[in-house]
Formats: sequence, C-alpha cells, structure tokens
Amino acid sequence: MTSPLVRIRGLEKRFDLSGGLLEQIKFEGGRFRRKQEAVHAINGVDLDVNRGEALCVVGESGCGKSTVARTVMGLLSPSAGEIEYDGNRIDHLEGKDVLPYRRKMQMIFQNPYASLNPRMTIQQTLEEPIRFHHPDWSPMQIRDKIHEVMHSVGIDPDWGSRFGHEFSGGQRQRIAIARALAVDPEFIVADEPISALDVSIQAQVLNLLMDAQESRGLTYLFITHDLAVVEHFGTRVAVMYLGRVCELADTQTLFATPRHPYTQALLSAIPKLEDDRPNHIRLQGEVPTPVNLPSGCVFHGRCPYANDRCRQEIPELIATDGGARVACHAVEEGRL
Amino acid sequence: MALLEVKNLDVRFAVRGGDLKALRGISFSLDKGERLGLVGESGAGKSVAAFSILNLIARPGYIAGGQILFEGTDLAAMSERELSKIRGNRIAMIFQDPMMTLNPVLTIGTQMVEAILAHRRISKKAARDIALDRLKKVQIPSPEKRLEQYPHELSGGMRQRVIIAIALLLDPEIIIADEPTTALDVTIQAEIMALLLDLCEQENVALMLITHDLGVVSQVTQRMLVMYSGRIIEQGPTREIINDAQHPYTQGLINALPQMGEPGERLFQIPGSMPSLKNVPSGCPFHPRCRFATGQCKQAMPDYVRSGNVDVACYEVSNLIEQEKHMQEAES
Repeated sequence: MTSPLVRIRGLEKRFDLSGGLLEQIKFEGGRFRRKQEAVHAINGVDLDVNRGEALCVVGESGCGKSTVARTVMGLLSPSAGEIEYDGNRIDHLEGKDVLPYRRKMQMIFQNPYASLNPRMTIQQTLEEPIRFHHPDWSPMQIRDKIHEVMHSVGIDPDWGSRFGHEFSGGQRQRIAIARALAVDPEFIVADEPISALDVSIQAQVLNLLMDAQESRGLTYLFITHDLAVVEHFGTRVAVMYLGRVCELADTQTLFATPRHPYTQALLSAIPKLEDDRPNHIRLQGEVPTPVNLPSGCVFHGRCPYANDRCRQEIPELIATDGGARVACHAVEEGRL
Repeated sequence: MALLEVKNLDVRFAVRGGDLKALRGISFSLDKGERLGLVGESGAGKSVAAFSILNLIARPGYIAGGQILFEGTDLAAMSERELSKIRGNRIAMIFQDPMMTLNPVLTIGTQMVEAILAHRRISKKAARDIALDRLKKVQIPSPEKRLEQYPHELSGGMRQRVIIAIALLLDPEIIIADEPTTALDVTIQAEIMALLLDLCEQENVALMLITHDLGVVSQVTQRMLVMYSGRIIEQGPTREIINDAQHPYTQGLINALPQMGEPGERLFQIPGSMPSLKNVPSGCPFHPRCRFATGQCKQAMPDYVRSGNVDVACYEVSNLIEQEKHMQEAES
C-alpha cells in the first residue's frame, strides 16, 4: 500500500480564552489565583488522506472540523501533534521552507463573498498566486494559465477585467476554485465550499469539483455538515464530535451500517424526500461546551448506551469487522 | 371558505429607475390546520410573500395590487392599527435567526409577558402562567428558570424553542415560519421541526413554512408551492409534487439534490442561475435555463394547467396534456 499524501497524528488545538496575565488573576476563597481557560477545539485527531481520494470530515458546529482544515493548511499552528505531507513533516516549517507546500496545498473557503478581494479584478485575483509561486513565468505563460483555469471552471475568460461583486455567488465560488487551481495543486482543502449556495448552484459547483478531481488527479479534504453531499462526493468519511473522530469509514459502509451512536443519530436527522414525518433518533441534551470537556467519551452525556466505563475512559478508534473504525466502548464490547 | 386566501398579490420595490417586481400576481390559499410549504431559491420571492401577508415589507417595498383575505377580511387594505391586532395574535411569525428576534436586554419572561399584555387585558401573574405553560409545551428543560434568563444564556436550539413558545402565546390560527431551522445544526434542526409539527397538529394551527430544503417540506407539509422569480410555478399536494414534479424547474431542483444522484457520478444540474429582479426575462422567467424552452415560452407567461391535483405554469406540460387528450379522443 502506498503511503498517504497527508498524515495527521495526535493533532490537538487549544484556543486560549483567558487573555493576558492580569486578566487571568482571579480572587477566590481569600487569595489570588491564576486561572486559565481554553477552548479545546481538537483533542487528539489521527487521520490519513490517501492520494486521489476525497476524505470528508463531517460534524456539527463546534466539533472542530474547520479547525482541522485550517491546521492542516498551516493557517493555525497545532498545540500538539504532527502533520506530514508526502512523508515530510510540515507543521513546524517557517518562512521559505513552507512555500513549496503552499503551492501544492490550496484551500477553498465557505463564503465566496468574503474570500475574494473586492478591490481586485478577477484577472488580478488569479494572477497573484501564479506570480508568487512562479516568479520566472512570462506574461504570456501567466495569461495562458489564467485562460485555462477560467475556462475549466466555466467562467468566460473575457470577464477577467470585472470585479468580484459583478458575479453571482455561484460564479464567485467558481472563481475561488479557479484561484486554487491556478498553481496546479495536488491537494485541496475545501471548507464548506457549497454551504452558502442555492440548491441548483450547489449541484453545479459539486460537479465542477468532481470534474477537477478527475482531470487533475486532485486529493480533497472536504469539510461539510451536509451528509447528503458526503454520501455523493466522499471516498471516506470521518465523523467528528467535540474535537475527536468518533467514526471513520468508507462512505458506502458508513451510510449502510453506521456504528457509532452519534453517527446513527446524525444520519437519522437528515430530512429525506421520501419521509412523511421527521423520524430522527432523539438525543438527550445538547453539545457540551469545548471549554470544559466531559471526562471519558465526549459523547457519553447524550448517548443512550453510556455506562460507567464510557464516563471514565476515553475510547480509541478501533477497527471493526465491517471495515469501519469506531471510537465507542459499546461497539468494542459488542453491546451495540 | 379558506382561512387565508391570497389573490393576485403584487409586491413591488420602488427604486431609482422604476419598480422592481418582487411578486407578480401570486395566488394561493391556506385552510385551517393545514401545513403549506413555500419552496424556492434565494431571490424567488418566498420571504417577500410571507412578509407581505402581515404587511411587514419595509419601504421601498409596497403591495401594488391583489388581496390577502384572512377569514374574509382584506389584510392588505387594513390600517396599521387594525393590523397590529392581528400580528402576533391571530397570525404569528417565526424568523430564521432567533438572536435577531429576541431582545438581548430583556429576560425571556419579560418579553413573553409583554407580548401577551399587548393583546390581552389580564394580570401580569396570569400572563406569566401562560408564558410558563408555553415553555413547557416546547419541552424546554427547567422552564421556570428560563423565564428569568436572558437570550444570550441559551443555546441556538433553545432560543428557537423560545421563539416557537412566543409564537404560540396567544393561540394563533396561523404560524408563518421563515426558514426556522436554517441557522441550526442537523440534529437540532430535526428536533425543532418535529416539535413544530407536533404542536401544529395538537393545537390545529395552520403552518406556512418557508424553506429551501425539500426534505423538510416533504416531512412537514401537506401542500407545497414552488416559486421562481416572483411567480408560483407549481403548487399542489406535497407528496404528488415530490414524487412526480411537473415543472422543469421543480424537476431540476429535485434531481440536483445529492441524494438523487448515483454516488461518484455527476449530479443533474440546471444551467445558469435565477435572474435578478432588474432584468427578468420575458415570458416564462425560467425559459433561459429550461431544456424544453421554445419560442412560445419567450413571449408570454404560461397560464396554470391542472395535472392530477397539481397546478403548473408551463407550456411544455400543457402541450403534453393536450397531446394526451387528442390521443385519447383518437382512440375512442
């Protein structure tokens, strides 16, 4: 088996909430104490992204899926853990050493209204990354490249002198994709790339991403909350809850036989066309805050199958007979 | 008589360079206890339709024509004073973002009591009891405590429950819900939708649900109408439309859903995007994106034809129906 393109090991990310030293000092029980608080966005995530696949990371708001995407891209530095790209560790690189990876790894953001610079024409937007990564290219080469990417995302190359605001949401997202493709990346991190778009436009952009994957041999890390999209698009799926991966499986396996109780609840909550009534699995309570993580399994407070072991011991991702990897004591013990 | 009957409603926005026609003669009705879904993409006019029922469209928008008959009286012709007796009382609204609806500097209890006292002459104590009862109905844990809390102390799902409780305060006949779960996570969305459906059934309240999510429409509503560029292009029983949509746009919308495609295969896609109100195409507004468009479609907006129990505005569909008739006549 070939080695994965991106390897994430023991990734953790905390965001400090407590501010400066003076803000941390609290008066409690007759004496001054230093109190620190942090949001535990990711708590030990191991993931491999294989060449040519689309690995989808799903979960609800606050589960850490976007933080994983940003940390992999180097937009955030991890609090602990390692990220390897093609066998080389990249999470501690600085300055010039990062540049070759920046070209190979590109990102598409959720909101195409915020991710395009309003003062730049489309031509300038697409030129910038090419000039930056290929300073030796001639103006002709650059022009041809821009022509090629605009054509491949379905934007008329003659529109290069227009500004972002002259385009609709779907067209802007196409331009954002063109910008990512302009430097011939191998690996694209897409953070909710179609969530802000209308249904008929979602299908167009999803088709575009699939075409690009096929013609350019791209590898995707696809972050989304929309499970219907995952079922259609993903090769493998990682389901996240409170900063941990609770189930990792091939898309088909996951949708046919979800094992983790959270995955089951999440799948049952998608409204389907053939439903006459909502028929979801009801979970108790709500997602706890990532500031004070629950002990043991992060899901135990809402899980109908939780027992004492779940409340104390953190479950590891363990391979099951179905081929899925599940972090659940109940599945491991055969209770579920 | 239908509880609510909208006839030829025409809503425009007066802007420089002429009026933008946001709604162009839409007609539909809502019966007592019925659940109706309004579906369409952004810019189709579904929110404008919902807002104009209570005349909540802000300037420069105005109702240019048509009637909104609520139990026989025309809401479009009512004064602000008369309307305020209906808003929140007989017809309640639920908006997309609960944080925008709730006042951040008042406790939940104060806001609920205020809403009741605006319409009923009862004591504060009695109003508080009603508020508590509604919070129990929406299954909020420890409802007494919630009355004393401020909106920011509640989670998104809890806030939307409070909003539903407020909508139910005065036993309305109609609840208009504008994308009530769009801002929420999938599992919370499922909870809220199930709750709204249960309550509407229990209390026999009519629901007008505005959403872009066809799955939700199919789960919750009995009838639906599909809007495109300020027009209703198809309306009828939800199940019938979902299973066998007639209008090419509705068909495209359903087929474009990832759950309709084979995994890994290209999805069906409708080319282009919804026209802006500034340059609405002539004739059928969908014709530039339609696979079946002919010269006829560019000239005039098609009239509604009936297919099964569904009303559709499409020349292609009406031509097919004509053909079928001829064939049957020829056979007999």
